[in-house]
Amino acid sequence: MSEIVLQIDGQEVTVQEGATILEAAQSLGIEIPTLCHHHKLEPYGGCRVCSVEVESRGRASVVAACLYPAEDGLVVTTKTEKLSRIRKSLVEMMMAHAPDSEPLLALAKEYGADKDRFKRNQSFCIHCGLCVRYCSEVKKKHALGFIDRGAKKRICFIPEIASKECWKCKECFPLCPTSALQASFVLTKSLTFGGEGEE
Amino acid sequence: MPKINSSAELEALRKDVLSSRDPLKPCIAVCTGSGCLALGAANLVTALREEIAEQGVESRIDIRETGCPGFCERGPLIVVYPDETCYLKVQPSDAKEVVQSVLEKTVIDRLLYVDPATGERLVHEMDIPFYKNQQRLLIGNNIKLDPTSIEDYLAVGGYAALEKVACRMKPEEVVALVKESGLRGRGGGGFPSGSKWEFTRNSPDPVKYVIVNADEGDPGAFMDRALLEGSPHAVLEGLIIGAYAIGAHHGYLYVRQEYPLAVENITLAIKKAEEYGFIGKNILGSGFDFEVEVAQGAGAFVCGEETALIRSLEGKAGEPKPRPPFPAVRGLWDKPTNINNVETWANIPLIINNGAAAFASIGTAGSKGTKIFSLVGKVKNTGLVEVPMGITLRDIVYKIGGGIPGDKKFKAVQTGGPAGGCMPESLLDMEVDFDQLTKAGSMMGSGGMIVLDEETCMVDFARFFLAFLADESCGKCVPCREGIQQMLTIVTDITQGKGREGDLDLLAQLTEVSGASLCALGKGAPNPVLSTMKHFRDEYEAHIAGRCPSFSCKELIAFYIDPDKCQACTSCARKCPATAIEGGKNQIHVVDQAKCTKCGSCLEACPPRFGAVKRISGEPLPPPLPKDARTVARGSK
Repeated sequence: MSEIVLQIDGQEVTVQEGATILEAAQSLGIEIPTLCHHHKLEPYGGCRVCSVEVESRGRASVVAACLYPAEDGLVVTTKTEKLSRIRKSLVEMMMAHAPDSEPLLALAKEYGADKDRFKRNQSFCIHCGLCVRYCSEVKKKHALGFIDRGAKKRICFIPEIASKECWKCKECFPLCPTSALQASFVLTKSLTFGGEGEE
Repeated sequence: MPKINSSAELEALRKDVLSSRDPLKPCIAVCTGSGCLALGAANLVTALREEIAEQGVESRIDIRETGCPGFCERGPLIVVYPDETCYLKVQPSDAKEVVQSVLEKTVIDRLLYVDPATGERLVHEMDIPFYKNQQRLLIGNNIKLDPTSIEDYLAVGGYAALEKVACRMKPEEVVALVKESGLRGRGGGGFPSGSKWEFTRNSPDPVKYVIVNADEGDPGAFMDRALLEGSPHAVLEGLIIGAYAIGAHHGYLYVRQEYPLAVENITLAIKKAEEYGFIGKNILGSGFDFEVEVAQGAGAFVCGEETALIRSLEGKAGEPKPRPPFPAVRGLWDKPTNINNVETWANIPLIINNGAAAFASIGTAGSKGTKIFSLVGKVKNTGLVEVPMGITLRDIVYKIGGGIPGDKKFKAVQTGGPAGGCMPESLLDMEVDFDQLTKAGSMMGSGGMIVLDEETCMVDFARFFLAFLADESCGKCVPCREGIQQMLTIVTDITQGKGREGDLDLLAQLTEVSGASLCALGKGAPNPVLSTMKHFRDEYEAHIAGRCPSFSCKELIAFYIDPDKCQACTSCARKCPATAIEGGKNQIHVVDQAKCTKCGSCLEACPPRFGAVKRISGEPLPPPLPKDARTVARGSK
């Protein structure tokens, strides 16, 4: 493993090859907001609130800090007006679905987001994928997954697996930044496997 | 089938194929590409075969079912060899006359193309303006090939490039040649193909893959379809050459399942190429091994994005992966992978055969070679056109496309697929290449080109593409999934007369968020909005003020019958599918606005000499005449 030197917010930092911008920033004590990131899970890059600006080989772009690998000579900026505008809008778009989510409310406060800026669609789920990924990556049970795509994409418990596995686990519940997961579970339970498997 | 083991054996085979053919024997080449098939080409082939059988002249006339030569507007089309007489809109009922004319060596005037400028009847393809202004290096062969016959491809010099590469060139030389040619990826990104090959070649892992991206999904685009259906061996030959250059021994052809004929023809082409030894172990005795598999997509636009395609090939959901790492470093099953689009691969044999300099002599400083566009929309000659890079949009729309039908006014041309942009009249003299299109706020994309006339509402057009992208987003990242949806909501509101002050600013802000998306689909999503807001901002503003200038958005228009002009002919009332027109003999007709579905049938039905039906937008509708005042006042006789 070779060492990589990059610059974040004007500070030079050395990290091991394979580290992400987020990890490099954390080693400097620079805080980058995250939402779908979890230390036990593979980086996902879904919420994009960790977006930062990078300049590499003369090209500037906005990338997700949780995913983007540290590169030699990379110049990263984590706080700009543009990034604040992007993070604010992202939070506002998610709040159209989950206006009372605590992590979102905290981010909204930081970036001055208005939860009513976009038309309300209270589906609650913000597709962070924490539940889906935790169940497959940590528990290796695959009891829930995403179905459909685009705006119609949603999380869904797989009744055949959920009826056997979920009632004794429920470790994904506290991960959910909204109340969508619990609601989806209760719905699946009542519709498909009733009291089956209960203690 | 004899397996070909050397250059000499290939040349012997080619000689055999050519000597068994009489170039002077009449042959009727019928386009049976998807376009002409939809217009009834299969029935035409049957009719021609029956007629030939009936006259007992099977030994005197051949029939060749070919891929698409491009002039879809005038299909089904045939070309009669050896004179290369081109007949358009040929019907099964014409079969007898066609066969007769072939035997008698005459020409059927009524089936020829009539030049609208001169009224002259043109006999050959190359005389027709639609073809004359093109440079058809890739699709020009289609009419000469039966795509199911590898012998046809050999007869036009097929697999000579593979022989040259596998038997006489080092892989590094091939990569260098492709770099030198200046070929850039035809799938949309426009990345230099030679460099992409080199990255993959230089990746240390010995197991590498090559992939043909045939997941063509842009609405209205069918370039790759025509190549795969019509000239599958050219794509395959390019792929084998690329595999040799890159050092890959396994390749995939990812083609959308919605292209059944393309799947059929390429699958057959692979089988034939295997039989002759162009694919398999020790190709042409060079020691190089290569296998190809066909994989079918399942109807997701996003799988045209290379990392989503790779995930789909791996059996996972078609969601893009972050780059870096790029596929050239870590692609299919984490191995170095080179993906190119169908048209990119099809260019490779040309570059090998004619040399890098010949290829680079066509085009502009930054974009070399030709590009195939599917020219569709409000243009007279719709179809597939192949043009040198650097041709102007005006030449494509007017010289090749023949201009706008019905003497309507040109409004814009859209390129680049759903995430492309619209260019107005003022940009018509722009040279078409990768860099100019990007500079104009659009992009090359894979080659979709949609012409719009004065009746197209630009706001509604932007809405269409946003709706497409909202459906086709994989839904993983917030800027794409939510951002497109929010833009769509705002633009839809605008088309429905619910637009508000400030909407345009909000849209502009949303376009900035798209830049934070994971892949090009999300990043490019605001382009339809950005380019139409830039060039047609007045249309957005008019909608917000309650008026659709193109009389296209139903919520903002009304149909009205001018009582001073209505002659009570009842044409409109008879055509109205919603029975929304009150009237009768000698009664001035009145549209019942509550019932009207705004289909426009009344406007079409009203005789032009009366011109009583009008579209109204953004102005108050005159109140209907009182019932007792509706008798038509006829002039004294």
